[in-house]
Amino acid sequence: MPRTLVDKIWDAHVVRSIASGQDVVYIDRHLIHEVTSPQAFDEIAARGLSLFRPNQIIATADHNVPTLNQHLPITEPLSRSQVDKLTENCQKYGIELYGLGHQRQGIVHVIGPELGLTQPGLTMVCGDSHTSTHGAFGAIAFGIGTSQVAQVMASQCLLLTRPKRMRVAVEGDLRPGVTAKDLILYIISKLGTGGATGYFVEYAGSAVRSLSMEGRMTVCNMSIEMGARGGLIAPDATTFAYVEGRPFAPKGEAWEQALAYWETLYSDDDAVFDAEFVYDAADITPMITYGTNPGMGIPLTGNVPSQVPDAEAESFDKSLKYMGFERGESLLGKQIDYVFIGSCTNSRIEDLRTVAAYVQGKHKAGHVEAIIVPGSKQVEQQAIAEGIDKILAEAGFELREPGCSACLAMNEDKIPAGAYCVATSNRNFEGRQGPGSRTLLASPLVAAITAVQGRIVDITQYLN
Amino acid sequence: MEKFQTLHTTGVPLPFENVDTDQIIPARFLKATTREGFGENLFRDWRYNADGSPKADFVLNEPRYSGQILVAGKNFGCGSSREHAAWALYDAGFRAVISSYFADIFRGNALNTGLLPLQVSDEILARLLAAIEENPQLEVVVDLPSQTLAVPAWGETVSFAIDPYKKECLINGYDDIDFLVNQKSAIEAYEQKRAWTW
Repeated sequence: MPRTLVDKIWDAHVVRSIASGQDVVYIDRHLIHEVTSPQAFDEIAARGLSLFRPNQIIATADHNVPTLNQHLPITEPLSRSQVDKLTENCQKYGIELYGLGHQRQGIVHVIGPELGLTQPGLTMVCGDSHTSTHGAFGAIAFGIGTSQVAQVMASQCLLLTRPKRMRVAVEGDLRPGVTAKDLILYIISKLGTGGATGYFVEYAGSAVRSLSMEGRMTVCNMSIEMGARGGLIAPDATTFAYVEGRPFAPKGEAWEQALAYWETLYSDDDAVFDAEFVYDAADITPMITYGTNPGMGIPLTGNVPSQVPDAEAESFDKSLKYMGFERGESLLGKQIDYVFIGSCTNSRIEDLRTVAAYVQGKHKAGHVEAIIVPGSKQVEQQAIAEGIDKILAEAGFELREPGCSACLAMNEDKIPAGAYCVATSNRNFEGRQGPGSRTLLASPLVAAITAVQGRIVDITQYLN
Repeated sequence: MEKFQTLHTTGVPLPFENVDTDQIIPARFLKATTREGFGENLFRDWRYNADGSPKADFVLNEPRYSGQILVAGKNFGCGSSREHAAWALYDAGFRAVISSYFADIFRGNALNTGLLPLQVSDEILARLLAAIEENPQLEVVVDLPSQTLAVPAWGETVSFAIDPYKKECLINGYDDIDFLVNQKSAIEAYEQKRAWTW
């Protein structure tokens, strides 16, 4: 019986099935952070339970950490107490913690792959919806709530209903200036913010295959933005080359065994998907969002829709009012106040290289504040080793220390009310980057060019 | 988790689609390390001005609306996986959310919190929103054991779907931890036979 990639991995992790049709699914890796774990640890303690497999949990502090002066104690008392609580819990239960100051610290979805924790064929969870990022390696990876964090702590398993399967193929070559971010914003704009609810999405097609691992992570990262629990891409030579040699990657004979298994991880030719979509890469141009959910995206040179179905009109107009835009208008020429380059979507070394390559010898516009937050200490160190820090500084960009930062504005990195921010992150929800902030999602290349021009432009006219 | 059987209550209408969990509880209020107290910041930026004064036109500030059911537009709870969103709704007194569909993670979080995510058709949702706006005292009856939603004024009862296991959990106040911890021997057996060890 031909199977999809999701089914192959799922089947390999079913401990048992129960009468109501759900499966007890084994979880190989559990990533935790300071915001969604404390109540789970409390739950474990309150029930007098122990952690079932603490060595399969890795912790880091990322959501609620400052991106300046990380060597000093956190000044904000609630944030400090939350980060301290993580340290305390990890010590108590014997969990590996890459906390502030550790050379492996960083955004949970950046450090997993760079440490080789993320591997094909695994099941991975984290109390964070962007856990879908790890699907780029051909893993089943998805975000969970805090009650489920406690369940995995207690049993290394979750009780789950098998998801529906969707295949989204993008065929052909991407145009100049079009990146993985544009590809996924395009897909989400087609399927809508809830269009993949209930599905795991397998991305396929030659345009997807040609992406680097960083690009694939960007694509899978945003699966949740169309409602999908997860997204994944069949592992291939690009995947194996990325994983090999990383600290937690299998070594020696184990590597050979792993590779032999990983090479079986693809959807069989005749496998049946519950939904399939095929797009032409040539139709994709640099994208930007104009509204308050990630499905509200258009080509940079396009117009805000002028017509929407009656049932959606109230929500649509509320969104445009918040953003200060009109139906049918073009965004070209709109002045931008902030540029934020960071988040688990686009804060990897490739993203920083893209920005540096563009801004070298240029300078940001005077009225724009441009902030770059690397995804991890390793990305930061690599950027320094490559001289990217100096290029960014000369261009007037501020390179911060690693964390989730202004993607969700839990820490002090906030966009002021009413200000426009072109962000490489994943959500443009109302107030996401701070109360009243107005977010336009785009690629690192679009963000870099926007920072230099100070306004929304057709970037294809400005490529180096 | 508290047991859930039936609700005889009124509803609060929130006729917007794609209400994300950042609206339900903004990230800057996620710094607490316990489950309690999130209700006061429920829908914080829709409910209050920057100076903390209530926004008069937001439904939770309109005296005519009250009740234990939030009735909201489709794709409720999208975005962040923060279970704090479900805790905030529960803490503010809601016991059910009615929508024409829910984001997956929110649905699971709600069920694990004892908050019923009750899915109805687009048509029923539109009728219910309109009826509550017209008469905020409209009585709504949710019966979980029989999986029905009744609006006595309409003389109509509609049934809703729920996973049979989660239904039992809600009715009895059970959660998945007890169940999973009892699977330990099967889980250990699985670990022994699995194909890879790396």
